[in-house]
Amino acid sequence: MQPIISIRGLNKRYESGFHALKNVDLDIADGDIFALLGPNGAGKTTLISVICGIVNPSDGEVRVDGHDIISDYRGARERIGLVPQELTTDAFETVWATVSFSRGLFGKPKNPAHIEKVLKDLSLWDKRNDMLMTLSGGMKRRVMIAKALSHEPKILFLDEPTAGVDVELRRSMWEVVRSLREHGVTIILTTHYLEEAEQMADRIGVINAGEIILVEDKNELMSKLGEKRLTLQLEDTIERVPDTLARHELDLVDNGNALLYTYNANDKRTGINSLFRDLDSAGIRLRDVDTKQSSLEEIFVDLVKTPTPESTSGAQATAKDNA
Amino acid sequence: MNFHAIAAIYKFEMARTWRTLFQSVVSPVISTSLYFVVFGSAIGSRIDEVQGVSYGAFIVPGLIMLSLMTQSISNASFAIYFPKFIGTVYELLSAPISYVEIVISYVGAAATKSAVLGLIILGTSFFFVDISIAHPFMMLLFLALTAITFSLFGFIIGIWADNFEKLQIVPLLIVTPLTFLGGTFYSIDMLPDIWQKITLLNPVVYLVSGFRWSFYGVADVNVGISLLMISVFLASCLVIVAWIFKTGYRLKS
Repeated sequence: MQPIISIRGLNKRYESGFHALKNVDLDIADGDIFALLGPNGAGKTTLISVICGIVNPSDGEVRVDGHDIISDYRGARERIGLVPQELTTDAFETVWATVSFSRGLFGKPKNPAHIEKVLKDLSLWDKRNDMLMTLSGGMKRRVMIAKALSHEPKILFLDEPTAGVDVELRRSMWEVVRSLREHGVTIILTTHYLEEAEQMADRIGVINAGEIILVEDKNELMSKLGEKRLTLQLEDTIERVPDTLARHELDLVDNGNALLYTYNANDKRTGINSLFRDLDSAGIRLRDVDTKQSSLEEIFVDLVKTPTPESTSGAQATAKDNA
Repeated sequence: MNFHAIAAIYKFEMARTWRTLFQSVVSPVISTSLYFVVFGSAIGSRIDEVQGVSYGAFIVPGLIMLSLMTQSISNASFAIYFPKFIGTVYELLSAPISYVEIVISYVGAAATKSAVLGLIILGTSFFFVDISIAHPFMMLLFLALTAITFSLFGFIIGIWADNFEKLQIVPLLIVTPLTFLGGTFYSIDMLPDIWQKITLLNPVVYLVSGFRWSFYGVADVNVGISLLMISVFLASCLVIVAWIFKTGYRLKS
């Protein structure tokens, strides 16, 4: 199936010489919730801004539902709704007026019924006649989502949608996003909250220093997240792992004072019981045991710390495989 | 053509006028009326006729031009600068709207507002001085051309400006002095020869002269040259706006 967003060889170099996007290849499937993760300055917002027409690309090709963002910008842009990171609203407009304005700006005729539905879905109906300057930050964020949805886009970009909002509002926004997906809207969100990506995304992409270094199905990433490490502190130091324990693929660590066993907690059989039986048979006595689970955050931090050329090419291959 | 977008921006800008009625309409009408009272009725009654018309009537076209130019620049520059300043310009840049449509909507709204203001000031002047309009069609043509041209000029200033000081600097330090020195309060043939020649370098002279001709049939310079000059200025503004949108100057990085 043709991806709804297709990016090939996208580069963005600013006049200052800063290379913000480096040869980005990315496909996003229709109907997905795609989470783009990355540290500050990684290029998340630049990537979104290029797709939406706010920043000019230096070279490369971006297609939105088959429409080139340069040569057929109208076709591309009318399919996109954008909720930027900053809370930028006209202070003196009413909620109804600003959302209706957005619909007109995107070339759609008046449709009060749709505007009413959007405002009700976002719990803004009671505030429709209020001036934007009187709203709280969370409410303004909802207004920006309402503006982005006013022209019934097929794709919604949410740039840090829950930055600075409280937990309750964040969860309510997740509900809104899920409901949009159920109605066939493709969602692309950038976030610092890994929990958000875990909760909502179908696929997760990681960008660092302008390069896409990983694109993976969320569930596959979660299975990596299920990887646990069991550290067995030994009573007596050993020089090597006994042959009778070879099938458990143990690592000898801490100068021979500990054994490390890696397993997946999501597997039906983790092998822990047989490991303990074999340890007992081998006469190895334990002083302490400890388990540790790698979080998405650790995976993420590890990925963005120092991407090697090997990991980058591997990630790009993964991205294409998954596309 | 994205007519819905043009209509949305145009209505949004016109609605802003109603919210700022005192600043946009009442204030310039009152300040221009003060000129009519002071220079037209009070001092003007003691001054001889200029180019065959009373001094009070003589200054009316120039004062309308002054308001028309400053308000056109102010309306258009603020309209595009403010979204840049508060960040809502993202919506304009990400919308399926062409540059031509953006210019039509913003400049159209600014020109409409200032032209209506010019007509209100003209109507007000009837209360203070005795004026006549010899060529009403040409008067409206000059009014419309000036409003559109200076709204385009204001649009350029709004894009160029990256702070409020720059937004004000051109209208206050360039346009207003050029208007005062452009024959608003005097005929240029009242100046010494050398200053008459220097004054002809001031583009506002041609606008004021042409506009005054449409009222009284007399002008400092040929009306054809006036029309040519305003057309040249209009074309220059269009070229600059086209370049701005082609390069994304101060709009897109």
